[in-house]
Amino acid sequence: MINAKPTSWNSLPGPENISRTVLPNGIVILSRSNFASPSVVVQGYLTSGSLFDPEEELGLAYFTSQMLMRGTRKKGIQSIFNLLESCGASLGFSATMHTTSFGGRSLVEDLPMMLNLLAECILSPSFPLLQMELMRAQLLTGLSLRAQDTEEMATITFDDIVFSGHPYRHPEDGFPETVKRIQRSDIVNFHKDVYGPKGMVIVMVGAVEAQKTVDLVTEALGGWQCAGQRSKPSLPKIQSLKDTVRRHVPIPEKSQTDLIIGTLGPKRSDGEYLSASLGNNVLGQFGMMGRIGDIVREQSGLAYHASASLNSGIDVGTWEVSAGVNPANLEKAIDLILKELKRFISAPVTKTELQDSKSSYIGRLPLSLESNAGVAGALLNMERFQLGLDYFQKYVSRVKAVTAEQVLETAQKYLNLDTLAIVSAGTLGKKK
Amino acid sequence: MPKPETILNETFSNGLSVRLKEIHTAPLISHWVWYRVGSRDEMNGKTGLSHWVEHMQFKGTKRFPPTILDKSISREGGVWNAFTFMDWTTYFATLPAEKIDLIMELEADRIQNSLFKPEEVEPERTVVISELEGNENDPSYKLNKAVQQAAFRRHPYRVETIGELKDLQSITRNDLYNHYRRYYVPNNAVLTMAGDFKANEMVKKLKKLYEDIPAGELPPHPAQREDPLSKEQRLEVHGPGETTFIQIAYRSPEANTDDFFIFTVLDSLMTGPNSLNMFGGGNISNKTSRLYRKLVNRRLAVGVGGGIQATIDPYLYGVSITLPPKGNPDRVIRAFDREIDQLQNHKVKQAEIDRAVKQAKALFAYGSENITNQAFWLGFAEMFATYDWFVNYVDRLRQVTPEDVVQLARKCLKRSQRVVGIYTPNLVKGEHDQR
Repeated sequence: MINAKPTSWNSLPGPENISRTVLPNGIVILSRSNFASPSVVVQGYLTSGSLFDPEEELGLAYFTSQMLMRGTRKKGIQSIFNLLESCGASLGFSATMHTTSFGGRSLVEDLPMMLNLLAECILSPSFPLLQMELMRAQLLTGLSLRAQDTEEMATITFDDIVFSGHPYRHPEDGFPETVKRIQRSDIVNFHKDVYGPKGMVIVMVGAVEAQKTVDLVTEALGGWQCAGQRSKPSLPKIQSLKDTVRRHVPIPEKSQTDLIIGTLGPKRSDGEYLSASLGNNVLGQFGMMGRIGDIVREQSGLAYHASASLNSGIDVGTWEVSAGVNPANLEKAIDLILKELKRFISAPVTKTELQDSKSSYIGRLPLSLESNAGVAGALLNMERFQLGLDYFQKYVSRVKAVTAEQVLETAQKYLNLDTLAIVSAGTLGKKK
Repeated sequence: MPKPETILNETFSNGLSVRLKEIHTAPLISHWVWYRVGSRDEMNGKTGLSHWVEHMQFKGTKRFPPTILDKSISREGGVWNAFTFMDWTTYFATLPAEKIDLIMELEADRIQNSLFKPEEVEPERTVVISELEGNENDPSYKLNKAVQQAAFRRHPYRVETIGELKDLQSITRNDLYNHYRRYYVPNNAVLTMAGDFKANEMVKKLKKLYEDIPAGELPPHPAQREDPLSKEQRLEVHGPGETTFIQIAYRSPEANTDDFFIFTVLDSLMTGPNSLNMFGGGNISNKTSRLYRKLVNRRLAVGVGGGIQATIDPYLYGVSITLPPKGNPDRVIRAFDREIDQLQNHKVKQAEIDRAVKQAKALFAYGSENITNQAFWLGFAEMFATYDWFVNYVDRLRQVTPEDVVQLARKCLKRSQRVVGIYTPNLVKGEHDQR
């Protein structure tokens, strides 16, 4: 039997206990109170993602995000971090393809300080040249570590294949030659042109009343206006692969080879997302990493890690199976995974598999929403993908409505075995 | 901070310790079973036994075949996993409260009835080796491993918990099963639960499940504590890449001593605060720590971190430093030493200690929103001290004085008693900037 509603249903985030306010300048504030612990989590984003990066300066949005806390018109980096670290608070920025994200947490008594600091870093960063060079050295070191990381290099190469000709193929942190090219004026201009209140979302969850969150954000960011804020660039259409592409990234002296086999997947707002997600759970998540884990790890002992993931974004997604294997077992692992994918698109998942998958999706809600950070992440996704504040209230019936035939149809639509990207990264030729 | 009186604390007649804490904020229960066995209990030639036994504990009993276990937990929307450390092995599950019987019955069964079928042992050998190979892909793992080996002469802490490859290739099914039978007994275990239940009712259920399981005879402990290092050792590890790492390790005090708390404050001053929470404890950056300011702000390094582990025997206080391209390790070590000299020879301000205490308090507040963390804490401190160690943690930090920190730095951070390890990437061997 599939679970009915979890007993905590009434306490799950919903329109009754989520506050959503839009400020006149466009900033969306979402909050939910939780007085169980004297702390508050803040998460959010601005629309200044890596999509705006010029080809020759890939990594610009990420570099800019990393510079926001390196000095403002009023404070140096030491003052900024002294404020935070003295009271055990944290705050940080990053950039992804579509957004500049931020996140932090503090004791509730320090929330006004954190919000004011957040606003100051966004509104008036000074981008000191010395700090910029320090940051560049850190970024370049990060990139040289990335070049040695089999998992990361497999991911970058996979994206390069499935998003060929599209900006999504680029890594957000750029490449050494593009990061070296970025000047202070590029960062200053990027901040001036691309940062703005339109599209900004800020979520707060913790020991604070909803009205208080609105008051604090209004005070800190309500006056922000940016008439020239750039709109998202128009993007080319993503082309599906015509054939299977196999690529290996050689990295010397690695004991383990990372493998990714996959293709494009549905976007988050697609009607078939839930069928794909429940199916993916059967394929490579449920129990000990689903069917993939069972065949690659449990039955064959080929890998410590072997699973499937569905990464659905705003306008596209990827569907991937990944594993870390001894180089001597690479071909065997690929064969096993391809056989499992073939089975997955040839026949519907069994009744038991689908019931298990649904039961797991419904049962895990209370746990995934247990912490302030978990709730904040859920609220952020509701807004990012326009899922609606009643998303969790409709969730159970939506999950229950998915059929094995829908799972199969969705799998067949996306997982075409003749047009896969198969990527490995590591050292080939090593004997087991 | 939790008050001890809110914890139901009982020891059954077979020696099983039970710690229960009611938390009614969410309809969840987190259940942990802790065994006092880890790599500290392993001999040369059999390293990695405890970790591999942990893997085998997911391979089923007669009553709960392996696939049933994983699927049952997943079906209820729960999470479960296990960890093996130097001093302990623990199994946890967090589930909707009304489903907790499942894991309670399963743990009570696998404390004595795991099968360790030979046909399950061989595939798991390659899975464990694959886990080791994954670790070895990381240059900093290789450096850690070398420093750890150099820092101990005999103590099992010298080997990574996952074990040596040659041992993983030769360990037999009987080695694993004997290790399991020897250490998986109620008098070597602590069972902790936190969440939405009534403690008095829960303890009755646990008694029913466990009281017929006999206590075992625990073997004498093989490990002999090792005191401060007798000299400075320098070692170099070569490998692929472009990035140089440095790791500097000193002998650290065991967790159940006053010195451990002083060391925790010292580490917070030098490299920033560290959370001991395993789930959702949050992180606080370290940009105002002394070593960050001296090494990173002055462009000698791009990152620095440190940490002290809560262990039964003296272990290691390690500082890890990542260098920028073409960074000069000797210059970094000299700057590091100047900062240690500064700590040893100048007064520490009370304000710095107050800050470390506030940071620790905040990290506990972040961790306490999470039921899984709360159950973790009930058992974790029992592995090397008692639960009071956790309850009194912040108070004991508060008692640390500036003089304590200086004295401890003089005692424990001696140049003549440490290991300095450098990971030199093959691509830049001999190309260090000589500024």
